[in-house]
Amino acid sequence: MRISPSGLHVPGPSRRNVIRGAGSAALLAGAGIPLLSACGGSGSSSDPKTVSVGSNDSDAVPKKAYAAVYAAFQKQSGITAKVNTKDHNTFQEQINSYLQGTPDDAFKWFAGYRMQFFAAKGLASPIDDVWQKIGDNFPDAMKKLSKGADGKYYFVPMTTYPWAVFYRKSVFQAKGYTVPTTWDELVALCKQMKKDNLVPIAFGDKDAWPAMGTFDQINFRLNGYDFHVDLMAGKAEWTDPKVKDVFDHWAELLPYHQDGFMGRTWQDAAQTLVSKKAGMYLLGTFVAQQFTNKADLDDLDFFAFPEINSAYGQDTVEAPTDGFMVSKSPKNHDGVVKLLEYLGSPAAEELYLKGDPSVVAASSKASTSAYSTLQKKAFDMIGAAKSLTQFMDRDSRPDFTSTVMQPGLQKFLQNPKGIDSLLSSIERQKKTIFASE
Amino acid sequence: MSTDTPTKSQEAAAVPPPGRASENKRIRQGHRRLLTRRDRITLAFMAGVPTVLHVLLVWVTALASILLAFTSWDGIGFDSIKWVGLDNFHQLFTDNPQFWPAVQHNVIWFVVLILIPTPFGLFLAVQLDKKIRFSRVYQTAFFLPVVISLACIGFVWQLIYNPDTGLINSLIGANKPGHYIDWIGDPNLNLWAVLVAASWRHTGYMMILYLAGLKSVDPSLREASALDGANEWQTFKNVIFPTLRPTNTIVLVVTIIEALRAFDLVFVFNKGAQGTELLSILVTNNIIGESSRIGYGSAIAVVLLFISLIVIIPYLIATFRKERSA
Repeated sequence: MRISPSGLHVPGPSRRNVIRGAGSAALLAGAGIPLLSACGGSGSSSDPKTVSVGSNDSDAVPKKAYAAVYAAFQKQSGITAKVNTKDHNTFQEQINSYLQGTPDDAFKWFAGYRMQFFAAKGLASPIDDVWQKIGDNFPDAMKKLSKGADGKYYFVPMTTYPWAVFYRKSVFQAKGYTVPTTWDELVALCKQMKKDNLVPIAFGDKDAWPAMGTFDQINFRLNGYDFHVDLMAGKAEWTDPKVKDVFDHWAELLPYHQDGFMGRTWQDAAQTLVSKKAGMYLLGTFVAQQFTNKADLDDLDFFAFPEINSAYGQDTVEAPTDGFMVSKSPKNHDGVVKLLEYLGSPAAEELYLKGDPSVVAASSKASTSAYSTLQKKAFDMIGAAKSLTQFMDRDSRPDFTSTVMQPGLQKFLQNPKGIDSLLSSIERQKKTIFASE
Repeated sequence: MSTDTPTKSQEAAAVPPPGRASENKRIRQGHRRLLTRRDRITLAFMAGVPTVLHVLLVWVTALASILLAFTSWDGIGFDSIKWVGLDNFHQLFTDNPQFWPAVQHNVIWFVVLILIPTPFGLFLAVQLDKKIRFSRVYQTAFFLPVVISLACIGFVWQLIYNPDTGLINSLIGANKPGHYIDWIGDPNLNLWAVLVAASWRHTGYMMILYLAGLKSVDPSLREASALDGANEWQTFKNVIFPTLRPTNTIVLVVTIIEALRAFDLVFVFNKGAQGTELLSILVTNNIIGESSRIGYGSAIAVVLLFISLIVIIPYLIATFRKERSA
C-alpha cells in the first residue's frame, strides 16, 4: 500500500512487510479489528502527575529529541509524560483501532484532512483552551491547518518541512544555469540540461507516493490552493478540464524525468543528485538525508516550484506538518492541556530542533539562530506562504489516495496518452469512496 | 484442521479403558462405561479446544468476512457498518481498474508455475534419484530457496533487478539514460521478472515432492522394465511416471495454492504496482491502514475464496470418492 510521505521516515521494506503480512492474516476476515484494539495505548493511569503520549517516533533521532522536550516539561510543570512509542508505520496503520481502544491522553499525528477525519469521527477532543494560550505563537497558515471542519482546534503543530526543487549550487554555477521562476523557464532549463548530458529531473516512483508530490505542485500552481483543496476533499471533479490541464503540463515535463523511475526508490533517485548526474529533484527537505558528505550537503540548495499561473504565483507551499492531538476522553485532562501548551511554545520547539535539525519549527516565534542555511531557507519559505498544503495523502482520504491515486498516477506515468479514460475511472472510484462517509 | 479433529477423538476413544471395578455398575450407560471421568475430561479438551479454535479462527472469521463483503465499513465503531448489498461487487467488476488484471495475473501465475518449474523440478528429481555423486549437496542447493522466506526472496531479487545498481542491468549496461530496462516497474516486464523469482523457489519445492515420490517407486518395476529392454525414457514414461500419480495430485494442489496465495514476493518486490496486481494484494491494500475500506476489501477476499472453492471442491470430491471406493 503506501509508505507514507510523512517523508522523514521511510523504512526498509522487510520490516514493513512482516508487519503487513501479520496484519493481513489477522485482518483478512475483518473480524481482526476489535482484536487489534487490544494493542492500543497503555495509558491507564489517572494519576494527575502523569500524562500518557502515543508516539510514532520510533527513529532514534526524533525519539531522543522528544525525550529532551518531555524532560524539560517535567522540570517546568512537575508532570511526567509517559511515552508509548510504536513503529512509525505500524502506528499509522493501526490508528483506527488505536483511537477506538484505550488511546493515550495525547498522540502524535499529522495536520490537515487526516487530522480532521478523526476529529469528525469524534475520536479526538477539541483543544480551543490550549489555543487561547498558544495562538500567538503560530502564523495564520498553521492555525488553518490545526482546525477541524467544525472550526474548533484539534491539533498543536510541532515541526514541518517544505517540498521544493533541489539542485546543486556548483552544477548551476559551472553550467551557468539560473533558477527558473516560470514554467517556460523550467522547460527551457530542462532542455538545456538534456543537451548538457544531465538528467534534468531525478525521479523514482517505486514507492508510489513521490508522484503525488509532483501532482500537488503542478495543481496548486496552475489551479490555485482552493481548487486543490476542493479536489483533495472530493468536492471538485477529477474530470474537470482543470485537472486534465495539470496532466498535460506534467506530460510536457515527463520526457525530462529520469527514466526507469517505476523501479527506483527516492533514495536511489537522490543519489543521482548527489553524484551530480541529475540537475534537479522535486522532493521534501528529507532528501538531505542522502547527502552524507558535508561538502555535498553544503552544496545543496532548493527553489520553490516555478509559477505556472500568474494568478497564483508561488503562494502555496507544500509543508507536511507533524504535531499532537488529544484523544477522545483523556484520563488526565488538565495534564494534557498543560503538555500541549508547553509543546506549542517556542521553547519546546527550539529544544526539539536542537536534537533533530532535519525539520523546522511550526511556530513563527521559535528562534532561528541555530538553523542551517537550508533550514533557514525552508523556514522563510513556509513563513512567507499564503497557504500550506500537507501532501496528497494527508490532504485527502488515505483510502482514496492509496487504492486509487497511487496506482492511477503510476498508470499515467506509464502511459501519459490515456489520461481521459484514467481520469473518468478515478472520478468514478472517488465518488464511491467519498460517498461511503 | 477440520480433518484433524475427528481423527484425534477417534484415537482418544480407542485408548483401552483402565479397568476399574466400580465402573461395572454403569453397564447400563452403554459405551460411556469405557471411559473414566478423567478420560472424558481429557477427551473434551482434546476435541473441544481445537474445535473452538477452529470455529473461531476459521468459520466465524470467514463468515464475518462474507457478511462484511455486503457492507461499507471504515472500521470505526460497529454502528458505522452500512448494508450496501451487491454494491461492492458491482464496483469491483465494473469500476476497479486493478481487479481484472489481478485475476488475470493470478491465473498467469498458476499457468507459469505448472508449465515451467514443475516439469523442471521433476527433471531434477529424476536426475538426483540416480544416486549420482554429491546428490545430497545438489538436493540441498536446489531446496534452499524453499527454506528462505518469500519476503527475503523478494528482497534479494529486487536487488538483482534494481534499474540503477542491480546485477542484471549492470552486466548488460542497461543502466544508462535512454537504455533503461525497468524490470520492476515496466508493466510488460515486471510480472515475468517476479515469476522468475517465484519459479526459482518453486522448482526446489517440486523437486523435493517428486524426489519423495520417486523414492517410493518399487525398484522391482525398474528392474522388470530394464529386463524387458526398455530404455531410460521409455521406463520413465511408461513405468515411473504413472506410479507418480499420487504425487502429481499433491503437486497440482500445492501449485494452485501457491498461485492463489501469491503475495509476499510481489509485495516486497514492488507492492503490486501496475503489471503485478494480485488479488491478495488488493485485499491487503483495501483493508489494512487508516480509514480502511473493510467492506470493499472483504468483497475481494470473497472473490478469492470463491475461486479457491472452485478449485478445491472438485479435488475434495475426487479424494473422498477414492476413499470410499477403497
